Amino acid sequence: MCLGIPGKIVHIVDHELQLGMVDVGGIQREVNLSCVAEDDQKLESYLDEWVLVHVGFAMSVIDEDEAQATLGVLNELGEMQEELTAMREGAS
Amino acid sequence: MKYVDEFRDPEKAKILINEIEALAETLHSRWQRPIRIMEVCGGHTHSIFRYGIENLLPESIELIHGPGCPVCVLPMGRVDDCVQIAERPEVIFTTFGDAMRVPGSKKSLLEAKANGADVRMVYSPMDALSLARKNPDREVVFFGLGFETTMPSTALTILQAEAEGITNFSLFCNHITIIPTVKAVLDSPDMQLDGFLGPGHVSMVIGNDPYAFIATHYHKPVVVAGFEPLDILQSLWMVLKQLESDEAKIENQYSRIVPEGGNDVALQAIGKVFRLREFFEWRGLGSIDHSGVQLTDAYLAYDAETKFNVKSIAVADPKSCQCGEVLKGVIKPWDCKVFGKACTPETPMGALMVSSEGACAAYYQYGDLKKLNVRLEVEEEVAVA
Ligand code: SF4
Repeated sequence: MCLGIPGKIVHIVDHELQLGMVDVGGIQREVNLSCVAEDDQKLESYLDEWVLVHVGFAMSVIDEDEAQATLGVLNELGEMQEELTAMREGAS
Repeated sequence: MKYVDEFRDPEKAKILINEIEALAETLHSRWQRPIRIMEVCGGHTHSIFRYGIENLLPESIELIHGPGCPVCVLPMGRVDDCVQIAERPEVIFTTFGDAMRVPGSKKSLLEAKANGADVRMVYSPMDALSLARKNPDREVVFFGLGFETTMPSTALTILQAEAEGITNFSLFCNHITIIPTVKAVLDSPDMQLDGFLGPGHVSMVIGNDPYAFIATHYHKPVVVAGFEPLDILQSLWMVLKQLESDEAKIENQYSRIVPEGGNDVALQAIGKVFRLREFFEWRGLGSIDHSGVQLTDAYLAYDAETKFNVKSIAVADPKSCQCGEVLKGVIKPWDCKVFGKACTPETPMGALMVSSEGACAAYYQYGDLKKLNVRLEVEEEVAVA
């Protein structure tokens, strides 16, 4: 919940609601991009960017190295699986 | 150094450890007492244990595990309130998984669910809102938890509910705010701290400015830190450097994630939806002024406490629990009489045993259990004698 998890924005779902589809460890889920999207930038320009996702909200744009390093830490803390399970089961 | 070789850059780690040792020696001979540094964030606590960082540090450095695990500081009375709301037949009660097993005075949410309450785990408050959309004849309540890291997501979800005119959605708000909490720690007479590792992801939202008073008013260094073992070592080194030169300032080791000014969109959403509570009850710490938030009057229609007329009753922690002392760093987890016996991750009595970010669970999972065993042996001998 507090550590967040890195994911890659794969497509834009809803411009008005600022929702994007983010791939996190092979699981795709809708993520709210409003905290990272700067008003004057088209959401499309965020395609393929990595973001740090906290409970369904992208809170920070990160580079790929940072994303991989963070994924490593989460794996070692044993939080990766927990987070992915929560994500998968989230809306059911 | 059994873990260092696993680090991303073992050479750098070794250099940092050497420098930390040298600085600690200087400070220790100057002060003739241990150097006490608090990591405020539960994520740091978890990382420190996982990577055995305490074992890498000289004995003169004591890490105090702060109150920064939002699940761990939930008081029992609030869990009772959750259960009470969740047991209403019209309610779908949604929560992050972490909070399911926190014990209330009678039961946890998990037990309420087993008894038939409609409690559902969600990953995001947005999932809770979509349940409200799909179930217009039910009342969906979201159990909002966490410091400023998760506060924006709740705020933005409330704004979304308002925009869509969804009225069967409400928030049971237990969000807490970091600055009054740190201030309470600093003002607590039984705490003597020399510096802080600042919480990385909270700072990503609020920026670094809010910590300024810790340096100016209390003259203690703060280094906002990342979560990798190298981040933590480097941040500790930065704190020690400041202490050595008798400086106190706010430094940002985690600038790759933490912008100086925080996140505007997130702060605006928080400012619109939330205001400070006069006080909030913490497990083990008692009441801390202004440490929690609640919905502003304009959003009261989304407040589950108002909607379901919840009268929060403070419930005392069980006598045998010493969570408060552990939270304040006055005792170590294994000094608590029920640690590892009546209180384990499977059967938690205190909240610090529930979440993997809680100090007790971390000690139990990775800690040096030798020390616990020594205590148990002593107790046995006493009992036999
Ligand atoms: S061992 Fe259990 S009761 Fe004791 S301080 Fe830790 S969580 Fe609280």
